[in-house]
Amino acid sequence: MEEMISKKDTTIVAGESGIRPDGRRAPWRTWRQRIAFTMLRLATLINGFALAVIIGFLVVNGWRAIGWSFLTEPPYDSMTKGGILPCIVGTLILSLGAMAVALPLGTASAVFLHEYAKPGTTVRLIKFGINNLAGIPSIVFGLFGLAFFVTWMKLGVSVLSGVLTLGALVLPIVIGTAEEALSSVPASYREASMALGASRWQTVSRVILPAALPGILTGAILGVSRAAGETAAIMFTAAVYFTPHLPTSPFDQVMALPYHIYVLATAGTQIDLTRPIQYGTALVLICLVLGTNLAAILYRATLRRS
Amino acid sequence: MFRFTSRPDLSAGVREGPSLIPATGHAGLLRSGKKDRAIRFVLFVTALISLLILAAILVFLFVEGIPIFRKVSVWAFLSGREWYPTSDPPSFGIFPLLMASVAVTLVSTFFSAPLGVMTAIYMAEIASPRVRNIIKPVVELLAALPSVVIGFFGMVVVAPFLQNVFDLPTGLNLMNASLMLALMSVPTVCTISEDAIQSVPKDLKEGSLALGATHLETIFRVILPASLSGISTAVILGVSRSIGETMVVLMVAGGAAMIPTSLFDPVRPIPASIAAEMAEAPFRGDHYHALFALGVILFLFTMGFNLIAAYMSGKHKQVGAATL
Repeated sequence: MEEMISKKDTTIVAGESGIRPDGRRAPWRTWRQRIAFTMLRLATLINGFALAVIIGFLVVNGWRAIGWSFLTEPPYDSMTKGGILPCIVGTLILSLGAMAVALPLGTASAVFLHEYAKPGTTVRLIKFGINNLAGIPSIVFGLFGLAFFVTWMKLGVSVLSGVLTLGALVLPIVIGTAEEALSSVPASYREASMALGASRWQTVSRVILPAALPGILTGAILGVSRAAGETAAIMFTAAVYFTPHLPTSPFDQVMALPYHIYVLATAGTQIDLTRPIQYGTALVLICLVLGTNLAAILYRATLRRS
Repeated sequence: MFRFTSRPDLSAGVREGPSLIPATGHAGLLRSGKKDRAIRFVLFVTALISLLILAAILVFLFVEGIPIFRKVSVWAFLSGREWYPTSDPPSFGIFPLLMASVAVTLVSTFFSAPLGVMTAIYMAEIASPRVRNIIKPVVELLAALPSVVIGFFGMVVVAPFLQNVFDLPTGLNLMNASLMLALMSVPTVCTISEDAIQSVPKDLKEGSLALGATHLETIFRVILPASLSGISTAVILGVSRSIGETMVVLMVAGGAAMIPTSLFDPVRPIPASIAAEMAEAPFRGDHYHALFALGVILFLFTMGFNLIAAYMSGKHKQVGAATL
């Protein structure tokens, strides 16, 4: 590596005659840099531009649709009129439920991996599982939920199946952020607690977890926001095309914001007639998702500063 | 090892005697009781859950997917050119879907890889900390946009635009899907590449600058070569993200199960097929099993990409200061 790089450095200096006899840089080298940096800056701007265009587009087209009745009424007249209350409630139940499943399991996994486990094959295997779980597409989670929770466990297409499927989907996110939070707790806390004679569990439960809690909660918020925007995983497991009722038991089907957008935009018979509702629903969804995300980002920033 | 510290040096004593506070592994000896061992066991079992879920996904996909191969041979399934699952007799050839997935993923990577890496270079090397603190949340929010919203945007904005500009019969096509997918995988590529670039040892950069190289020359001849395996990992994970992404290709790819011959052909990638057809497929019929077999293929694809990425990032770790 060292050899390779030093050879290249030699080429820069000697090979390209980029240095003038008086030892200063040739102007074209500075210009080349300016041009390249401008291109990099433009590439970065494209990202911001894309985000701004998408959000701006939804706000401009969607804000008119949103009103008190839009947020508090169920849809009627074959979904061409009315509001999206069942979708909002459904999405909240599904995403918070998924977190209720994933947060304890994920935190416990992270505590084991970070505080208890000895490095070795077992830990490597578990980390392999987590990494691969994180990379599995959500549609595959949907198939799994259909085959496992809906069919095999006989839970049917229900809130419960959806919550469990989404819980499995956000589990790697929770474990990842919880591990990060645990490793940011200074080692001196652990040492001090154990030097006082506390057992490992006492140290974990009374010293380390309280110190890591804000970081763990940030991960939980990110997980909720991920679950709220998820469509493919709930298509076969929890979501229903239309129901005017709010769910009363974990075995009910629910409407959900992302699925509602998809259904109205592609499968409905009156795609153009429901366009305002589509815009409104999309705006509500991104407010929910980006709002929670922004909250997590800002919260994390204040944590890092303190 | 000399450290100027006001603390009395405890470590020497601990190292020689029987350790009271092992770094990991055991409860403190003074209170290591049954309760602690029970807690340790419970935590261990919980940690296994991720692995169990992964295994269960594999098992259930295969159990529901394998039966189709009693009707169609694996080779006929993979290479068959006709996907007519609902006609009589049905034909289950997934080659057009496979090609659609590959095409959409390749084209989207063509956009997302340069864009993501360039953004990462800008963030890690050029932007001031203040600018960086603005860009980073922007990229994170881009990553957080729900795929259904991006698909919706592709349908109502990008599709009419493409249709008018290129005078096409439909704006819902391979190009549209690739652009929207690129938008989704740029944050993945960017975040991981940035980490890789940041982790290049500072002495390398300083050495290059001290030899008279410009910042640009340092970036392209020193920093990028040193972080190449990390950047490759980033691109591969971006590819893996694209190939499995469902809602975008379901909404904007056009849905025609044919082998694409141009960038503006409507296509039907694998995830779109699963999502669109599962609701209509008779429970545990051939079509249902065929869709699960598609799920198996998707699973194997992403798993393969993740394994390659893990291997690459394993190599990447060795490009630290220790080996230089």
